[in-house]
Parts: sequence; structure tokens; C-alpha cells
Amino acid sequence: MAHITVTVDGTSYTSEVEPRKLLVHWLREDIGRVGTVVGCDTSNCGACTVLLNGRSVKSCSVLAVQADGCQVTTIQGLSDGNEWHPVQAAFKECHGLQCGYCTPGMVMAAVDLLSENPKPSESEIREGLEGNLCRCTGYHNIVKSVSYAADLMSAGPTKGAK
Amino acid sequence: MIPVEFDYVKVTSIDQAISALKAGGEDAKIISGGQSLLPVLRLRMAEPSVLVDCGSIDEMLGVRDDGGSITIGAATTHHGVMNDPLVQEHALLLAQATATVADPAIRHRGTTGGALAHADPAGDVPAAALALNASFVIAGPGGRRTVAAKDFFLDYFTTAVGPDEILVSFSIPKCDWGSHYSKFNRTAQAWAIVGAAAVVNVQGGVIKEARIGLTNMAPTAIRASTVEAALVGASSAAQITAAAMHAADGTRATSDLHAKADYREHLARVITARAVRAASGI
Ligand SMILES: Cc1cc2nc3c(=O)[nH]c(=O)nc-3n(C[C@H](O)[C@H](O)[C@H](O)COP(=O)(O)OP(=O)(O)OC[C@H]3O[C@@H](n4cnc5c(N)ncnc54)[C@H](O)[C@@H]3O)c2cc1C
Ligand code: FES
Ligand code: FES
Repeated sequence: MAHITVTVDGTSYTSEVEPRKLLVHWLREDIGRVGTVVGCDTSNCGACTVLLNGRSVKSCSVLAVQADGCQVTTIQGLSDGNEWHPVQAAFKECHGLQCGYCTPGMVMAAVDLLSENPKPSESEIREGLEGNLCRCTGYHNIVKSVSYAADLMSAGPTKGAK
Repeated sequence: MIPVEFDYVKVTSIDQAISALKAGGEDAKIISGGQSLLPVLRLRMAEPSVLVDCGSIDEMLGVRDDGGSITIGAATTHHGVMNDPLVQEHALLLAQATATVADPAIRHRGTTGGALAHADPAGDVPAAALALNASFVIAGPGGRRTVAAKDFFLDYFTTAVGPDEILVSFSIPKCDWGSHYSKFNRTAQAWAIVGAAAVVNVQGGVIKEARIGLTNMAPTAIRASTVEAALVGASSAAQITAAAMHAADGTRATSDLHAKADYREHLARVITARAVRAASGI
């Protein structure tokens, strides 16, 4: 077993983990952050995307031991509890989801994209989300959501009441 | 699936890495970004005794200017490499090829050195490394050695890096020639069905020299030497297209669910011409 300390959504957690435990399984099973989901076994779908030290990663493709000493942000850490994060507000407003399974990963990938490129073009959004698959919505509304989120974020704090 | 049980050690120096590999015996394995290894472990296609994590060795991180060349630490992420100002200025082809690897999240974890050591014939980075005449620094129990790109890729998923060795860094002679990586794939994010990495020296509208690496046309990335020779003196699109007709010469393309070998050969000719035209501006 290995001893790890990871800060998740602002709270520090210390755990004993088997080295083979994937970060996504640790998040879900050991500390109960079940907002992050698993959608595939091939590192392709991006449903499990979280931020690791501020950058998007597929949490099914990182070992929990590799996150020792790191900061993780999951979909559950985006909102302050009162207002949606602008990307969440935009997905709601633009109907950027249907079943919602891909949404935690889509939102986290979009947050990462907008942190690097606050005003992405449509093709930059599509490329930025190329590691995230959606089986229901088709990508148009997701792209619209990200574009709208960029507008919201450039306009300053949102009023996306929860 | 869940990988088999293994031990894990994080090392902070090359010496520690080599000792840990030795201590772990023949089933010890290096993990860098884990973006090729973890999918393999989850499928239980590998059962290592211990993973030696070399992602925190200072010497293996970042890009430095060595005068006539730049040196890239093997554990530098794809994202770090493609956005590095030295890479963009002196080895643009590497940035161009790296930008087509997988997707942003995988590029945040996966490393360029890991991709080179993994040597997937469909990987995008080896062809660029060949075209850029990279050289590789490999450390092992017997010390360090430098291997030229032409001697680095040996076979399908096999390089000059031995099981008890580690790829520390690779160097690229500064290159200000025009460059382009042309990758053919069917979906937004996918491995190359075929790729062509070209650097071209054009003077007064005439090609003086070209170096081209091909992705997925043989068990390893390979140089398109016949095309390179045929391009010397070319100054028109028609001449480039004619030279690129040799792109499949000497290749050993395979058939799989993405493409049959003869289609890969056709693609090699077409996208080599595209890569050379984009690189040369002709
Ligand atoms: C969904 C998906 C799509 C992908 N698409 C592409 C693509 O389009 N093009 C492409 O080129 N690649 C693609 N990749 C692979 C990606 O480029 C990997 O990041 C890269 O191949 C491996 O780098 P890594 O640092 O993650 O290596 P790891 O997974 O950590 O290691 C890979 C192998 O190399 C060995 N190794 C790693 N570092 C060293 C070292 N320094 N010295 C010696 N041995 C070492 C390991 O032991 C292991 O055997 C994709 C991967 C996934 C999961
Ligand atoms: S569950 Fe991680 S990429 Fe699909
Ligand atoms: S909304 Fe159902 S998978 Fe994307």
C-alpha cells in the first residue's frame, strides 16, 4: 500500500492506496466524489476528465499514487454551492446535454480549454474537446455551450443561480 | 479493467531509476506519462512487478538550448513540447507532429520521450524525430550512450533502449527549414493511418534538400529516402507530386481494419506530396 495526500476540490485527503488503483476509482470509491464517471476502458471517451494541478487529464489514465501531492478539481468543485460555474450555466442554458453522462468530462475539458484560450473559435472548441465523446447530444449544442461560456466569462461574474 | 498488482516507486534521479529497474528485475517497467502504459495495464496485456515513475527527474524535464541544437528532456509532456518557444523556433516539425497526438488531456500527461521509447509504428513523434535527425541519450548500468535516430527505432515497439535502460533526453540540430506534418485519419481524434513529416530547405524557389519521415508505413517510422533524393532541384508542384510517387518505395505497410496495405501506399504518396508542398511553400 502507498500513502498519498491529495487535495480534491479544496479539501485535503490522506489515504492508503494500492499502487494499481486508478485516480478515478480513488475519487469515486475512496472519497465519494462520484460526479466523475467512467465511460470506457480505452482512455478515449473523456467522461472521467478532471483537472490535475490545473490541467485536464483523464482520471482513468492516471494512478492515484501519481496524484500524490497534487491538486485535483472535479466537476463537484467548480461551483461554490450557490452559483453555477459559467461553463455549467452555459451547458444548462444552451441545452448542451441529454443523458448527461459525458457532461462532467465535457465541462472539465471546456474549463481547461477556456483557461488557455478564453475566446476560442468554433473549430478551436471542436479541437479542444476532441478527447471527449458524447453519444446523445451531437456536438452542436456542446460547442454552442462552450462558446456561450466564453461570452459569460468575458462579461465577468455570472448570475447563474443554481 | 483493473491492472494486476504491482509496486510503485517514484525516483528523482537517473541513478535511482537505474537502481530501481535493476532491483525490480526483468518485469520492472518505467512509467512516464502512463498514456500508453496504463491502457495496456488495464487490459492486462502487461504485468509488471514494479513501475518506476521517472516523471519527476529534473534532468528529464524541459527543453534547453545547447547552441547548435536543442535538448528535450524525455519526460517533458506533449503539451510542454508543442508550446515550448525553443521547439517552435528550432524544431517546428516536432511541435507540428506533437500537436496531432491524441487530445489535449492525453497531451497534458503523455510525454514525447515516452512516445519515442514506446515506438508505436502509428505514433506521430518518431517520424518527426527521424526527419529532424534527432539523437538520443540513453542511460543504463554501464553509463550513458548517444544513439542516432537512424539506429534508434529497431522494430515494432522496439528501440535501442534496453530493458535495464532509460531514455534521458533527445537532441535536435536547430533547423530553420520549412516544415509540415501531414496526418491522415478518419475521425477527430485518432492514430495516423499514414503520416508524413517533412522538412525542406528551399533556396530561390528550388528545393536544395529535404528530409521526410513516414508514420505507419513499416514496423517503425522510416525515412522516404527515394523521395528525398528525387526532390532535389524541384521547383514546381508537379515536380513535387512526381517525386512523392516514390513514397511507398521500400515500405512495408500492413493491412488492418483502418486500411489495406495498397491504400496505405496510395495515401503515403498523396500526403507526402501535401507535406512537402506545405513545408516548401511550392
Ligand atoms: C486514446 C489515446 C489516443 C492516442 N493517440 C495518439 C496519436 O494519435 N498519436 C500518437 O503518437 N500517440 C497517441 N497516443 C499515445 C500517446 O502519445 C502516449 O502519450 C505516448 O505514446 C506515451 O508517452 P507516455 O509518457 O504516456 O509513456 P508511458 O505510457 O508512461 O510509457 C510508454 C512505454 O514507454 C516506456 N517508457 C516511457 N518513458 C520511458 C523512458 N524515458 N525511457 C525508457 N522507456 C520509457 C514505458 O516503459 C512504456 O513501455 C494515444 C494514447 C491514447 C490513450
Ligand atoms: S473513462 Fe476515462 S477516457 Fe473513458
Ligand atoms: S449527453 Fe449523453 S453522452 Fe453526452
